[in-house]
Amino acid sequence: MSISWLDDFRQQAKSQFEQTGFPSNRLEDWRYTNVSAIAKKEFPLAKIENSPVFDGSQGGTAFHFVLVDGFFNAELSNLPESITVCSINDAVKNHADLLQSKFNQAITQTHGFIDFNTANFTDGLFIHIAENGVLDKPLQIIHVATQEAILPTRHVVILEKNAKATLIETFSSSEGNAYLTNSVAEIFVGENADLTLYKVQQESETAYHFGGTYVQQADNSKFTHHNFALGSVLARSDIVCDLKTAAECELNGLYLAFKNQHLDNLTRINHVESHGISREFYKGILNDQAKGVFQGRIVVAENAQKIDSKMNNRNLLLSNEAEIDTKPQLEIYADDVKCAHGVTVGQLDEKSIFYLQSRGIDEATAKHILTFAFANEMVDKITVPSLRESVFNLLLARFPEGAER
Amino acid sequence: MLKIKDLTVNVGTKKILKGLNLEVNAGEIHAIMGPNGAGKSTLSHVLSGKSGYEVTGGSITYNDKNLLEMPAEIRAREGVFLAFQYPVEIAGVTNVYLLKAALNAVRKHKGLSEVDAMDFLTLVKAKTKALDMDEKFLYRAVNEGFSGGEKKRNEILQMAMLEPQLCILDETDSGLDIDALRIVADGVNALRSENRAFIMVTHYQRLLDYIKPDFVHVLADGKIVKSGGAELALELEEKGYGWLEQA
Repeated sequence: MSISWLDDFRQQAKSQFEQTGFPSNRLEDWRYTNVSAIAKKEFPLAKIENSPVFDGSQGGTAFHFVLVDGFFNAELSNLPESITVCSINDAVKNHADLLQSKFNQAITQTHGFIDFNTANFTDGLFIHIAENGVLDKPLQIIHVATQEAILPTRHVVILEKNAKATLIETFSSSEGNAYLTNSVAEIFVGENADLTLYKVQQESETAYHFGGTYVQQADNSKFTHHNFALGSVLARSDIVCDLKTAAECELNGLYLAFKNQHLDNLTRINHVESHGISREFYKGILNDQAKGVFQGRIVVAENAQKIDSKMNNRNLLLSNEAEIDTKPQLEIYADDVKCAHGVTVGQLDEKSIFYLQSRGIDEATAKHILTFAFANEMVDKITVPSLRESVFNLLLARFPEGAER
Repeated sequence: MLKIKDLTVNVGTKKILKGLNLEVNAGEIHAIMGPNGAGKSTLSHVLSGKSGYEVTGGSITYNDKNLLEMPAEIRAREGVFLAFQYPVEIAGVTNVYLLKAALNAVRKHKGLSEVDAMDFLTLVKAKTKALDMDEKFLYRAVNEGFSGGEKKRNEILQMAMLEPQLCILDETDSGLDIDALRIVADGVNALRSENRAFIMVTHYQRLLDYIKPDFVHVLADGKIVKSGGAELALELEEKGYGWLEQA
């Protein structure tokens, strides 16, 4: 079935992508991340296949929405009945007016990955929570990659006035699988609504990942994001939030790059109206020859007064060859605001290592304990117990003996 | 237990210890006193294996082994414990985890199994109480936000848990009020035994009112210039260090 409005978007995005391709290093936002390897791979677009057996209940969450190779799998999923939730392909048929009114509206600035997504997305999640609606248990969006292909997925999440929800999005694959995840989420947080979104990116070590989250926040709304970047050989995450009057935004992140991984995190917080609050705290651990990028920008528009904003980025370099490019930016056009940012890049504290050694703990274990503690500050912020435990264990796998199981 | 012979130590190109001799036997308490800059802290650090010190001559044997060849963690496992003058704050690591990891490292070295979780908790809670510390301290990050007195008590708690053979107290009395000093001293006195020795490094005689030493040594300009019994500390308190340097 062909839907003309959507076809128009797709066609436009397709011709745009044909002109630009994936973003080049010449673009300021892509200065530190070269994605030319992705184009060279010439991945085909994913197809629906009979996927291998997969236990959709992993992660311990009550509700899950499973995407296998970018296609919704109803059999593996368990969806809540109290709210509208379905695949985006179903929404095109069954919630056409609502979807059409929101589609592409959260994206204010596009680039090659987004255009490719719009032109080619195979499936994704559609959620609509009506006024005063509450999703009482977290819904987990589980991406599983089994094909060596491009997996473009598109989500549209709409919370009406006073609605509340927690979503968890996880990306994983079997080891050694090479593919490109291209996931774009458009999120609309209504007046006084409250959304918490966790992202756990643990793609295979040979995978490429692009994940973009574009958020429109209405008056007095709250959006909290926790971004755990652990997998992929090359990953880029975009988080862009536009905040209306007295909206509140909290962005937390942890990137852990080992071996030859390259993990890029770009965030934009746009205070377009007054009285907004934003808090951003990203931590990075870079080991071996890995590279991390943090580009955080907070923009306060000319008429957006009384903004209270803080951004902090702290990095731990565990090897001489590891690299971090960090670029925090405040762009303030209003005159009555309270904004601060800070960045640190450092190594483990020698005094702390010696203190632990002087208590009988060997140097390698001491380093694991201190590194784990650095990272665990972000894990501790997770308020879903089963998720906190599973991320804790992912961390412990990287730093054995870093903490008590 | 410990024999230090003609020890010379440099920090960078500067000579700090210039031929130090000291013998400590099990059951003894030695106080090392001296003016600022005499090398007291250097001695504590060299004994515990801190990097940044170059031993240019002499020897240290501990239980007939060459102490200087052991990495810091092996010294700790062999029973050498340094109570820090400035205990380090470690964000994100709980006291209880450090205590357990340390105790298990020492036990493993001795060929013992890991401590049972319940036994460990019972033990650590009893020791915490004995030092008049709130149990909440166990679940706080190591030394983070602790007052000076709390940090020093925490050092003694670690010492009590690890039951070392040679305890080195580096300026443990500094920054303590009288009440905290008494608690810390009681903790140390409770650990006194015929198998254990103490080296107390201190600038002031005050601590020695609470922990009575068997021997007092005066360290000045990198050497022990005078040794005596507990009465020597009182003499130093009265006359200061000046008369020794002139002698």
